[in-house]
Amino acid sequence: MTDTLLTVSNLTMRFGGLTAVNAVGFTAKRGDITAVIGPNGAGKTTLFNCITGFYKPSEGSIEIAHADGTKMLLNKLPGHSIAKKGKVARTFQNIRLFSGMTVLENLMVAQHNELQASTGFGVLAILGLGRYRAAEKAAIERAKFWLNATNLTDRADDPAGSLPYGAQRRLEIARAMCTGPVLLCLDEPAAGLNPRESAALNDLLLQIRADGCSLLLIEHDMGVVMKISDHIIVLDHGKKIADGTPEFIRNDATVISAYLGEGDDDDPDAPIAETHEAAETAP
Amino acid sequence: MKHSIANFKDAAAVAFVALLLFGPFLGLELDDNNTGNLTLSTRPGLLAIAVGLTFVARLLALFWQDQFGKQERSTRFIKLSGQYGLFTAPLILAAAKVPFLAPAAKFMAALMTSGRFMAPLLLIVAVTMPFWPGLDESYVDLGVLIMTYVMLGWGLNIVVGLAGLLDLGYVAFYAVGAYTFALLSENYGFSFWECLPICGILAAAWGIFLGFPVLRLRGDYLAIVTLAFGEIIRLVITNWVAFTGGPNGIIGIPHPTLFGLKFSMLGGPGTFAGFFGITPDPSQRTDYLYYIILLLALLTNWVTLRLRRQPLGRAWEALREDEIACRSLGINLRNTKLTAFAIGAMFGGFAGCFFSTREGFIDPTSFTFIESATVLAIVVLGGAGSQLGVCFAAIVMIGVPALLQELAVYRMLIFGIALVTIMVVRPRGFISTRKPSVSLGKPKIIGADMVSEGRG
Repeated sequence: MTDTLLTVSNLTMRFGGLTAVNAVGFTAKRGDITAVIGPNGAGKTTLFNCITGFYKPSEGSIEIAHADGTKMLLNKLPGHSIAKKGKVARTFQNIRLFSGMTVLENLMVAQHNELQASTGFGVLAILGLGRYRAAEKAAIERAKFWLNATNLTDRADDPAGSLPYGAQRRLEIARAMCTGPVLLCLDEPAAGLNPRESAALNDLLLQIRADGCSLLLIEHDMGVVMKISDHIIVLDHGKKIADGTPEFIRNDATVISAYLGEGDDDDPDAPIAETHEAAETAP
Repeated sequence: MKHSIANFKDAAAVAFVALLLFGPFLGLELDDNNTGNLTLSTRPGLLAIAVGLTFVARLLALFWQDQFGKQERSTRFIKLSGQYGLFTAPLILAAAKVPFLAPAAKFMAALMTSGRFMAPLLLIVAVTMPFWPGLDESYVDLGVLIMTYVMLGWGLNIVVGLAGLLDLGYVAFYAVGAYTFALLSENYGFSFWECLPICGILAAAWGIFLGFPVLRLRGDYLAIVTLAFGEIIRLVITNWVAFTGGPNGIIGIPHPTLFGLKFSMLGGPGTFAGFFGITPDPSQRTDYLYYIILLLALLTNWVTLRLRRQPLGRAWEALREDEIACRSLGINLRNTKLTAFAIGAMFGGFAGCFFSTREGFIDPTSFTFIESATVLAIVVLGGAGSQLGVCFAAIVMIGVPALLQELAVYRMLIFGIALVTIMVVRPRGFISTRKPSVSLGKPKIIGADMVSEGRG
């Protein structure tokens, strides 16, 4: 389980005169939790948007290697194929749920492509023929599994918009997992969660990793990052300034001056408090 | 006492606005004193009555509000109708002071949400209507008209209600369907039943063709472009005289047959009356048309309801809720939007085909923007996304003006007031709630406040 899953090389994203991401390159291993950290405006979310196809990078390439040996250039795939063929799912910094649909419906929408394939272009399913009924049953089972994993089973029939904040965050992760990804990209999953919810999130992410899905994660909460990450990439002003294990990053002089701050090493949360205040621009 | 002076002032202000509004509408009248010249005469009496009524109604409404206003939710209704009463004046105000209106609104809401009972009831009414004894044939004819709009409403509901794409040019597909049948029957002698699927397919093709350029547009911009497409189709029909007959239209479009049997007044072999040995009657054809459109409308409804429970329908609703999230889940936005346009257009095409066979004559004036606006109003009034709501709205929008025909000039006034009242009482349409397409336990109805209206 140590082969490379995601290879980002020389990735550059320019918006007019502004270079948001500047020649960033890194690899993420299969079965790892890779964290991307850095101050606000460092280009983390832009990097995510490039990987998940919301931006087309100005330069560079993003390659995903699936377990069966096929390799795909994500930057060449059309937007919706990133999730469908590339098997990369994501969540958003500002939660994007289908709030007027129930929790279960949200999870069913996530399984759209698989279900749609069983409807015979919709015609057979309208007539009640074909294998759609069985496919829907399987989809509900999968949804139930993730409802259970995210502790949302008793809210399954409630509209997603009526859930409390923490539950909405969990639902977004469950929804992304229902697409059956090999790489799950999480944009600040712990933002706005209380310490107890944060700890539960850690467990959930570790469980997802144990089930064979790799994770890429943007996070400011060092409690989450240092505890669960296998590998950390630090960005500052669009450039990669460090890349390594949590221990290595914690003691790296450049990272400390750019992001972690010259504080007490044992309390990495303290200097970071201010970064929680301002929200980064969302896609 | 201070209160009553304030009330008095308030009522006077409302009466003044009413005076300004009713001044030109009711106070002035055009006469053609039998000489062919038009002269302007005034009607001060009528104006005074209208303004006086407004004043009294407002005063009573305020009084009632002071007396009983504190305890119940109906106050909100009074306040609202007070605000809007400025524009719709005496009737709405008079209505607002009637205490039973608030419970009535509540009752209406309960009625509208109980689709389980209303839908079968409406279906029974619709199916049996032509057989009601003593019912004038004109009512069946009105039923045909209402049903046509129900079908158009259901078709547009797919695009606007489910997918959240604001389409102001829906009449284009109606026109494509109507002209497809008219031209095929005129030039190649095709019958209604042969043309019906062709009309649907062609309209759907146009839906995709017109859908492509607007894929990237949203909200108001989408509305403007679709509006323009509707106008383009109408203008092409009007000006391409050699092909479509231009403003003269196309006449002599055949009426539908029942397995080859014609509906003819002459009777004899090969006609419906002749085959069954009954006296020919114009009502037979009307009833037949009625059942055709009922069947087509029910087909539209059935397909929509089935699609809603399928991935495609869910993807439409997800698209209405959040396009970006849809994309992140691997949903092909282009295909999803185009299927919504195409399937909506297809039903518009069917309805157009039916329209031309029913009328026997079509010209471009039947496909103006006002048709698109009427159908969109039916969808919005009914509550975007709700099938049953569209039924009620079509009855209100088409049936009420037709039934009020005797009231002549006041018809549209009353109709307008009724529409404003409905939108004040139920701002998101008759049925604004949403029923989940799938559930683990007992499905819970989702309130309108959660459901997004779509940004196109």
